[in-house]
Amino acid sequence: MENSLFIDLNLYNTLALFVVGFIGGMVSGFIGSGGAFVLTPAMMTLGVPGIVAVASNICHKFPKSLVGAMKRHKYGQVDVKLGIIMGIFAELGVIHGKHVMTDIKTEYGDVGTSLYVSVVFVIVLAVVGSFVLRDAVRMFRQEKTGGMEAPHEVTKLARWVQSIHIPGTMMYFDSLKARVSVLFIVPLGFATGMLAATIAVGGFVGVPAMIYVLGAPALMASATELVIAFVMGVGGTILYSLDGVVDIRLAMIILAGSLFGIQIGAIGTTYVRDSVVKFVMGLIMVIVLFSRFFYIPGYLSKLGLIAPMEKYTIDTLNLLGDGTLMVALTTGGVTIIVSLIKGMAAHRLAQKA
Amino acid sequence: MSQHKRPITATLLYGTASIVLYILLLQNSDLFVEWAQKTKEQKSLFLIPVAVAFVFSYFHGAFTSHFWESMGLRAAKSGDKKK
Repeated sequence: MENSLFIDLNLYNTLALFVVGFIGGMVSGFIGSGGAFVLTPAMMTLGVPGIVAVASNICHKFPKSLVGAMKRHKYGQVDVKLGIIMGIFAELGVIHGKHVMTDIKTEYGDVGTSLYVSVVFVIVLAVVGSFVLRDAVRMFRQEKTGGMEAPHEVTKLARWVQSIHIPGTMMYFDSLKARVSVLFIVPLGFATGMLAATIAVGGFVGVPAMIYVLGAPALMASATELVIAFVMGVGGTILYSLDGVVDIRLAMIILAGSLFGIQIGAIGTTYVRDSVVKFVMGLIMVIVLFSRFFYIPGYLSKLGLIAPMEKYTIDTLNLLGDGTLMVALTTGGVTIIVSLIKGMAAHRLAQKA
Repeated sequence: MSQHKRPITATLLYGTASIVLYILLLQNSDLFVEWAQKTKEQKSLFLIPVAVAFVFSYFHGAFTSHFWESMGLRAAKSGDKKK
């Protein structure tokens, strides 16, 4: 290949991207996002330059989200209006997030951006991930004692948000079954975009925000996140494509696997309860959080904040970090398949009875 | 699952279309790289990846949906879920 930005494709890297795309697609179809945090490092391991990996990842994300959103719209789980509004502000968040990253890079170099990404990872995933997981466990317990699905509870915060009336900004949203001021949606969309530009998974903020701040059920929040990802993805693809850094071959190979996966994830949501969606999301977030611990010593060493470490040690720790990300994705994928199989079996039994 | 008709014809049609698209993409791989390289001079070329992604999502999306349906994987009917 004349241009070093675009790698030569062989059977090994094609298959690897297809498989990671498949598992990532399955998780996306189920919780609204996921896969991106593994795909970018996976592409870079195959020799794809960082910028092309990010651009191609975004380019596969928007058609994947489109297919997933349409599928889940059929099941009545998507709030298109909320998704588009949040998506537009998320786009602004992406643009701002990219500026922040560029500024940090200019000031502190690549290690500075890596450390910034790690700190954001740790804070967001520790706070939001543990909260979501705790809520899922609470719902499981309630379902175990009550013998039926735990009802969707609107949090105190969401009730307060829904009670505030700001004239000229109020809008009715199907997922919330309430009117909410758009002014509350602006920062949530913006934060989703900022996170997407920083750690590639805006849904880790977007979905919990829709559930706990606005009051949407988890199934609808995860489906609506696909609309947000679509809006952000189209904008991101256009921006990167103007720079000529989208490798459409890579993007379409990942898409080949992820569209198989997203169908399974979306179908899976029709057999599960809200608590399962929360559980899968919380579980992935917490495992992803642990992956950061393997990367941090390397950054600290490069910045001179701890004693210098050998390159071999840093590479091994990074490999462990990448492996942990893969474990997070696979755990999510396996949980979804198990939930789907159990749900289908229970559904068949109920139909026979 | 067995009472549903499996969409074999649609799976084969969309599957063939999807495979043809992938063959065309990989066979003309160099051309796509060339277009990406030229985008900085000829801005309108930025539309190519966007258009390709939409076309693939339509055909491959329909194929994967019909594929899993043919395999017996279907959504629970509305209202039957969450048992």
